[in-house]
Amino acid sequence: MSTFLQFFLHWLTSPAQWSGPDGVPARVGEHLYYTLLALAVAIVLALPVGLYTGHTGRGGFLAASIANFARALPTIGLLVIIVQGLGIGLLPPLIVLVALAIPPVLINTYEGIRNVDAELKDAARGVGMTGTEVLFRVELPAAMPLILLGLRTAAIQIVATATVAAYVGLGGLGRFIFDGLSRQDYQALAGGTVFAVLLALAVSLVFMLLRRLLVPRGVRLQEKA
Amino acid sequence: MEWQWLPGHLDDLAAATVQHLQLSLLPVLLGLIISLPLGIVSVRWRWTYPPIFGVANLLYAVPSIALFVFMSQYVTGLSVASAIIPLALFTLSVLVPNVVDGLKQVPDPVRQAATAVGFGTLRRLMQVELPIAVPVIVAGVRVATVASISLGSVAGIMGLGGLGQLFQDGQQRDIPSEVFAGIVLTIVLAFVCDLILVVVQRALTPWTRARKGAAA
Repeated sequence: MSTFLQFFLHWLTSPAQWSGPDGVPARVGEHLYYTLLALAVAIVLALPVGLYTGHTGRGGFLAASIANFARALPTIGLLVIIVQGLGIGLLPPLIVLVALAIPPVLINTYEGIRNVDAELKDAARGVGMTGTEVLFRVELPAAMPLILLGLRTAAIQIVATATVAAYVGLGGLGRFIFDGLSRQDYQALAGGTVFAVLLALAVSLVFMLLRRLLVPRGVRLQEKA
Repeated sequence: MEWQWLPGHLDDLAAATVQHLQLSLLPVLLGLIISLPLGIVSVRWRWTYPPIFGVANLLYAVPSIALFVFMSQYVTGLSVASAIIPLALFTLSVLVPNVVDGLKQVPDPVRQAATAVGFGTLRRLMQVELPIAVPVIVAGVRVATVASISLGSVAGIMGLGGLGQLFQDGQQRDIPSEVFAGIVLTIVLAFVCDLILVVVQRALTPWTRARKGAAA
């Protein structure tokens, strides 16, 4: 472990890491870009399906099966075969990262909405809300903690896995890892790894903030009790 | 896609599959062996849960490639252990919370009843609380197993064996059918293992079926 730390510190303090297209800021930027893009696409695809299946209770088995299937996909193999089909570009890693992010988003949304207290739903209908109103004004806020948890899991998985983009020639923090590997430059490898973990920690922090902003106070209080 | 690669390499595929099973399932077993005591400790002394959970999550955020390289460079060399140890660490972030949730959802009356008929803490844990927690724990084991099988292929591109070798070889020599075979085998392996776990869970918890039967 101490060699790892020495490597990292040496790498970190060398000025070459801090500028240009191969510098840490540029690579972190690319990594964040892949992450946000993949997360956004996964949310657009999986959140509505989770909301619908959770709200109606229909298609839940199908949603769970899709999620399970996506979980079983081997990231690297998928990436290689898509690149062989489509060529090098942003699309192959994006597809792979989205496939990775769909299961946690889909399952948590579905389970979150479905498991909202039945009395709460009945009460909402009782005061005259329509189905859509029940979904967006009652079920969604009540399920928000679980949905955010799913998004967080997805985001952290993407951050850790976006490093594979470099395996097919793209940028991001994986560049340090794969280039370090092929050049036997383990300082770069250690550096890329530490920044990927730091980025994941930052993502966790962002989700703690989101939780404060998006989870209604009543739901938070209920969770504590 | 050209398919002539496949018929001549069935032996290789079988060998890679067996190796993949070993390098992806042993970690789940190891992970479970570590998670059970960690989960039990987290439930009994609640203050220990945030740090345990935090460390498990932090490990999960480490890119798998980096951990495989780190192990094979500095710790266990170019052996299957360099795949197994990181994969086992990755399972903790799924398994520990499930052990904790499983134990926490044991109804208080059940716990009190066990104490009332004279069970000590340890016996209550082994004979009452853990069995009741089995469905939740197995749910975690299923997720961990599928994830480990899929993640295990990353170990292959690092030269640690298993189905991931097919991805690397297929990429370098441009044989799409080899990559494709690796993907299909990984998915099939994941599904078969998942199915086996469902059966195991049914065998371990006969009472869940009995109750459903009674309600119907």
